[in-house]
Amino acid sequence: MPVMRRRVFPILHVLGMIVMVFGLSMLAPLLLAELTRDGAQRAYDLAAPITIGSGLVLWLGGRHWRRELKTRDGILLVVLTWTLLPAFATLPLLLHMPGLGVADAYFEAMSGLTATGATVLSGLDDLPPSINLWRAQLHWLGGLGIIVLVTAVLPLLGVGGRQMFKSETPTPMKDTKLTPRMAETAKGLWLVYVMLTSVCITVLWVLGMSFFDAVVHAFSIMGLGGFSSHDASMGYFDSIPLEIAVAVFALLAGINFATHFAALRGRRWGVYRHDPEIRWYLSFVLLSGLALALLLWQRDVFLDLSDALRYTLFNTISVATTLGFATTDYGQWPFFAGLWLMFLCSFSTSAGSTGGGIKMMRAILLFKQVYRELERLVHPDARIPMRLGREVVPNKIVYAVLAFMFIYVASIVTLSFALSFTGLDVLTSFSAVVGCINNTGPGLGQVGPATTYAVLTDFQAWVCSFAMLLGRLELFTLLVVLTPAFWRR
Amino acid sequence: MKIIILGAGQVGSNLAEHLVREGSDLTVVDLEAEKLAALQERFDLRTVRGQASHPSILRLAGADDADMLVAVTLNDETNMLACKLAGTLFNIPTKIARIRSQDYMRHPELFAPEHFNVDHVISPEQEVTDYLRRLIDYPEALQVVDFAGGRIRLVAVKAHGGFMVGHALKHLREHMHLMFREHPQARTGIDARVAAIYRHDRAIVPQGDTIIQEGDEVFFLAATEHIRAVMKEMRRSDQGVRRVMIAGGGNIGSRLAKNLERDYQVKLIERGKKHAEALSHELEHTLVLCGNGTDEDLLLEENVEDIDVFCALTNDDEDNIMASLLAKRLGARKVIALINRSTYVDLLQGGEIDIALSPAQATIGPLLTHIRRGHMAVVHSLRRGAAEALEAVVHGDAQSSKLIGRRIGEIKLPEGVSIGAILRRDEVIIVHHDTHIEAEDHLILFVPNKRMIPKVEKLFQVGLGFF
Repeated sequence: MPVMRRRVFPILHVLGMIVMVFGLSMLAPLLLAELTRDGAQRAYDLAAPITIGSGLVLWLGGRHWRRELKTRDGILLVVLTWTLLPAFATLPLLLHMPGLGVADAYFEAMSGLTATGATVLSGLDDLPPSINLWRAQLHWLGGLGIIVLVTAVLPLLGVGGRQMFKSETPTPMKDTKLTPRMAETAKGLWLVYVMLTSVCITVLWVLGMSFFDAVVHAFSIMGLGGFSSHDASMGYFDSIPLEIAVAVFALLAGINFATHFAALRGRRWGVYRHDPEIRWYLSFVLLSGLALALLLWQRDVFLDLSDALRYTLFNTISVATTLGFATTDYGQWPFFAGLWLMFLCSFSTSAGSTGGGIKMMRAILLFKQVYRELERLVHPDARIPMRLGREVVPNKIVYAVLAFMFIYVASIVTLSFALSFTGLDVLTSFSAVVGCINNTGPGLGQVGPATTYAVLTDFQAWVCSFAMLLGRLELFTLLVVLTPAFWRR
Repeated sequence: MKIIILGAGQVGSNLAEHLVREGSDLTVVDLEAEKLAALQERFDLRTVRGQASHPSILRLAGADDADMLVAVTLNDETNMLACKLAGTLFNIPTKIARIRSQDYMRHPELFAPEHFNVDHVISPEQEVTDYLRRLIDYPEALQVVDFAGGRIRLVAVKAHGGFMVGHALKHLREHMHLMFREHPQARTGIDARVAAIYRHDRAIVPQGDTIIQEGDEVFFLAATEHIRAVMKEMRRSDQGVRRVMIAGGGNIGSRLAKNLERDYQVKLIERGKKHAEALSHELEHTLVLCGNGTDEDLLLEENVEDIDVFCALTNDDEDNIMASLLAKRLGARKVIALINRSTYVDLLQGGEIDIALSPAQATIGPLLTHIRRGHMAVVHSLRRGAAEALEAVVHGDAQSSKLIGRRIGEIKLPEGVSIGAILRRDEVIIVHHDTHIEAEDHLILFVPNKRMIPKVEKLFQVGLGFF
């Protein structure tokens, strides 16, 4: 097939390398399984060699076609990486739990890698620790981005590397470079990520989690995923200091990592004040939390104001940052509250953070665009630039954001129809799609925080997996591969 | 004095005109032969064609024995380099450079002798912008100029309905003291001195019993914080300025908009589409409109009738005149037009257009400051170059100086020249007949006719005594 040879073969070499790196990361749970003899040793003993071996085959086999990567190669590589790796990630799950089924296993792995946190598994407390570690580790690797990691570790991506980096980083402003070299930027971002994660592990451990739980939850928090090693999620610990720590780190992970990087590198805390997104992000999340607390207290959902504040603030922060931990079943709250949480998770986190959704930056740009159109009606001859902080945003980006918004809404509508067509009720279909496309995790109705996604049929699980990937790659990267123009010469 | 001027543009040729009249030996250097030919035709000076920053051209222009180099080309880098060369290769004692970019201006250490070796930096665009800013801050004034680093100001106003109209000058102080008693929150010691009065364009030497009439153009000196109070004596006060419209987003227009945009509501009209786009990026609080300042529909659309000050600042004299006339007709309260041709300025000032501003007049002062003999701290050109206001420093002691130790009333000044104020160390003194002059005083003088300048300069020269 000439198309395959032209488009796909040249990237196999690099893809093989990425699969090998991913396979190597399986050694961590393998080691844990061997040390603790938790029953999953055999699964990893098979999964790790298969993954690394496949990578090696691709790497060696693709050597013949390797060439300097072009822009399109980069996009395709990102999409293939993000569809293939979840397949390899299912191996330990399938080998350990053969009854799971391919669709559900792929859903679970995709949910892990896209840092969504929607799960089909229950009885988490009884799973082997190595399986729980693997799930959390997927969050952590996928949270900041696998390609970013590979760029940081292996200096083998040339021209196309830049495109891949851009395709994977969730932000509308793709051209802000922190350092002259892409590899340096990637290293810087991962360094910040690793540092924040270590601090998070330590804090959770000190505040009373077991070390293993601290690692699993810190991975989950920093990637803004949502997998826990307990069915009751954070509710299992029932500790106010832990909840505060989780909320704080979730809020930190929802900030642009480029801002963290700039702040840490220059030891200048002023960069947080100049970040145009942070003030909107924090005020939206925190004010919503407070307002919902008052509402729920007034509606007698909570009898105590302090209880109302504790549970509402935690769950609001958790859902809005697309983390998705729950300490209470907010599906039982008044309908409005649940919908508001779904609304918050679609736009709260910052661009360049590990969170999902359309990002606060796009929301700000959209709002400003509306305001600009209104101003134009008053002053027809005025030249009104769009500003973000002090920077002027080029019109090109504004148009891209408008198109993005349209596709985002269209995707939610289409996928919701697909789910409800196959028998789910409207609330469940809609909230499942919103929960997946924003990489939040729990939805409402049958997929609410107290239940799991196990109710989905195989087809529905595939639809939701697609939604998660669509959201993680910010729509365009995935959709462009599905256009005929992409495959044309 | 032998002076080399680099650049025969507007600033350069205007300076040449002034200096030739004052009797200096001038050489003008420029790249364009036509400009030089035009200059040579009008004035008695020498010209050299060539790149101003080349040593050979500077030598040709007589840099070896020149007293002063004034680099006023359009290019900052050429100007800076020429000053450096003039210092290193030719040892010219005084080097003046025109710097347009604010980026360079932010680092004054660049101009130190060991670096670019520029003795004085001038920035004509900045001068005009500051000048306009003062006119907008005091909308009743016809002209406002700074002395003593901005502590003292000379203001020209048209007398109109104020208390002093119909009263003799000697009542000014009394009345202001009365006002002070009624409004104790006002600062103590409000004082002012009327430096000159022009009635129907003719100068009147102000005496204690001179009566101010409606329509007189009154020049007075006062400490900066008292200007508003004194102005109220001369004019019924207008409403404050809130909305400013600027036509023309060139160098001056955009600088002015940037300067004003935090304190006023500014609208800027620029014709070029791309330039308007760029301006809208640069100016954060200004509404940038793409269109023509002479477009009636645009002006009406943007409510020109509510505009307090309309400034026409394009490169084109005729456009500025038409735009400001139109704006005035449509209801703008005060209109200012930037006009390069001095004949036009004379034609228009005081008519429909409230202020016709010649950029050359506004910028010549700082240049003259460095060129005049005697120690001049500030020179301002007034009334389209006919009159001047000076800030001069008194040097020497009672023997060698004609001024030190004397009372103001004793000093023989040319007819009409008046001393209005003194800056003594950090104190602002509004003078009266019995004020004594001390060494190192800064005197602020009003000179109604430029022909008297040499006589005034002589007063400030330190002599060898009287024997």
